[in-house]
Formats: sequence, C-alpha cells, structure tokens
Amino acid sequence: MRIGVITFPGSLDDRDAQRAVRLAGAEPVALWHGSHDLEGVDALILPGGFSYGDYLRCGAIASLSPIMTEVVDAANRGLPVLGICNGFQMLTEAHLLEGGLIRNDHGSFICRDQVLRVENTSTDWTSEFEAGQQITIPLKNGEGGFIASEETLDRLEGEGRVVFRYVDVNPNGSLRDIAGISSERGNVVGLMPHPEHAVEPGFGPDTAVAMRSGVDGLGFFTSVVRRTLVEA
Amino acid sequence: MPTIVVDVMPKAELLDPQGKAVAGALSRTGHSAVSGVRVGKRFEITVDGPIDDAVKSEVREIAEHVLSNSVIEDVVGIHYLESNAELAEEATHAASEHGDEGYVAPAGETH
Repeated sequence: MRIGVITFPGSLDDRDAQRAVRLAGAEPVALWHGSHDLEGVDALILPGGFSYGDYLRCGAIASLSPIMTEVVDAANRGLPVLGICNGFQMLTEAHLLEGGLIRNDHGSFICRDQVLRVENTSTDWTSEFEAGQQITIPLKNGEGGFIASEETLDRLEGEGRVVFRYVDVNPNGSLRDIAGISSERGNVVGLMPHPEHAVEPGFGPDTAVAMRSGVDGLGFFTSVVRRTLVEA
Repeated sequence: MPTIVVDVMPKAELLDPQGKAVAGALSRTGHSAVSGVRVGKRFEITVDGPIDDAVKSEVREIAEHVLSNSVIEDVVGIHYLESNAELAEEATHAASEHGDEGYVAPAGETH
C-alpha cells in the first residue's frame, strides 16, 4: 500500500508522517503541492506545519495549491485523506470538512500530550481503535479552536462525525471539545493533535509504563492500511 | 492606480483573542477610555483598468471566497479608494512642492 504525504511550503511534519506510514507497514510517497499528480496513491496525508507562514488564514493559501484540485476530486471519490493540524485547517479551507479553526481562546500557542476520546471507529482512519477508547498524542498549535455554527455542530454530532474529543482539558477553546471530525463518508478525517508523533517507542508521549513510550497514534495509520487491504 | 479596499473582520459573535490581547495591553498602559478592541484585516487590491461592474463583481467574489472564510469572518466593507502608498506619495509630493521639509508624510493615515 502506498500513502502520499503532501509537502507544502512551510510544512513541518511531512517527514514524521512518512515515518509513521512506514512504521504502519505501508510505503510513503512524497508528493509536492505544486504538482497535479497524486501518483496513484491509495491514501493521502496533509501534514502539520505552517504552510505559507499562516498568511491570510491558516491553511488558506495551501488549500488553493495546484495539487488540491486533485485532492478534492480524490476525496470526493472516496480516497482516504487525513489532515493533521495545518492539514486539518487546509481541509476546512478546501470545504472538504466543515467548520473552521481559530486562534486558541487563551491566546497562546500550546504544546502538550493530549488525551482524546475516539468517538467514531467507523472512519477509514480510526477502525483499529475501540469505541470510546482514550488515546494520548501530542498537540501543538496556536490556532486550534474548532468552531462551526450550532446547526453544523448538531448535524456533525447527529451523524457521528465528531471523531475525536478532548478529554480532561479543552486546550484551545474548541466548541463541544471537538478535536477532530470526518466527512460524511468517513474517508476524510481532520484533527488538530498529531498522531504521527506517537508511533515509535522512545519518541512518543510518556506513559505509565515508561518515558516517551506512547504509540497511540499508530492506530490511525494501521487503520487505513487495514482498510485498503480489506478492499483489495 | 485604481484601488479596491476590502475589510474583513472576525465574526462579531466570536471571541477575538488578538483584539482581546490588544485591549488588555491598552488597559494595562492606562488607556482606561478603551473598552474593547477587535482586530481585522484590510486588503488593498489594485487593478489596471477602470473599476467597472465586472471588476466589482469579481472582487466581491474574491472577497467572499478567498480573502475571508465565512465560517469565521465577515466581509464588512468593499470600498474604492486610494491606497495607503498613494496617499503617502501624494503627501510627500505636497510637502516637496511647498518646500516644507519639516513635514512628515502621514503614511499610516488614511482618514
């Protein structure tokens, strides 16, 4: 299985995402924002970072990149797409996901190991989790406050499209503690926290067992690998 | 050069942490008359030709779909004005014509 990771000007976590793909047993394919070629990949990751220096709005300029035409088409055809942090912001700007992300309510950048509750295990990126499972992965953002109209929030909740919710602490003022959502089909998922930073013992969040041993993010990538194997 | 100014503000009902931070700093520095600040964006768009209806509708489209995100922001105004740079240049010209070397062009002032 081949999973494309798109690098935009200002992407930071593209190589971490590639590493996560490798650790999940798939082949990472580096894709470039300026191209129109998805190189036949089986899934796509829009990584974190600060594309275009967050100019205009976070993810706004990247969402107008040449490759995004193909990303939108592929997502609408059902290709699994994961947007992490800045990638999530791009997906909302590209109207593949609803709502928007605004500056953290407390006004500061935040970086912490964050507990999330997995609310939906039927998406392409969460099938390896158990419903209600709590996972800990790093969160690092300045503009991670998820907002949408009450009507949209009710619809997202009603359709089970709130995929992750913050537990214990709401780190950025996100409405209804929403950390991540999905498209109607469940193939497009976006979240602010970073699963790709919790995939290898020694480099993840601390756990009760040992320092930096947390690998709760790996399930995102193994989920999409399994999905594709099942389909094939 | 014909210039179109687009003003975009965070939605009124949303918390504006940036404005809140500025208001906090003003309050700390003794500006007690200020009760609130909201921070938005001003875009100065220059066009080559005259600003006709086609240009106006194109700019409205750009304002609503690129310059702002309707989930979090509102386009609060589209004006047809001279740009900051032009005003500064005019002011500089005016100053040199009058030989008033002590005059400082109000580059940051538009009204």
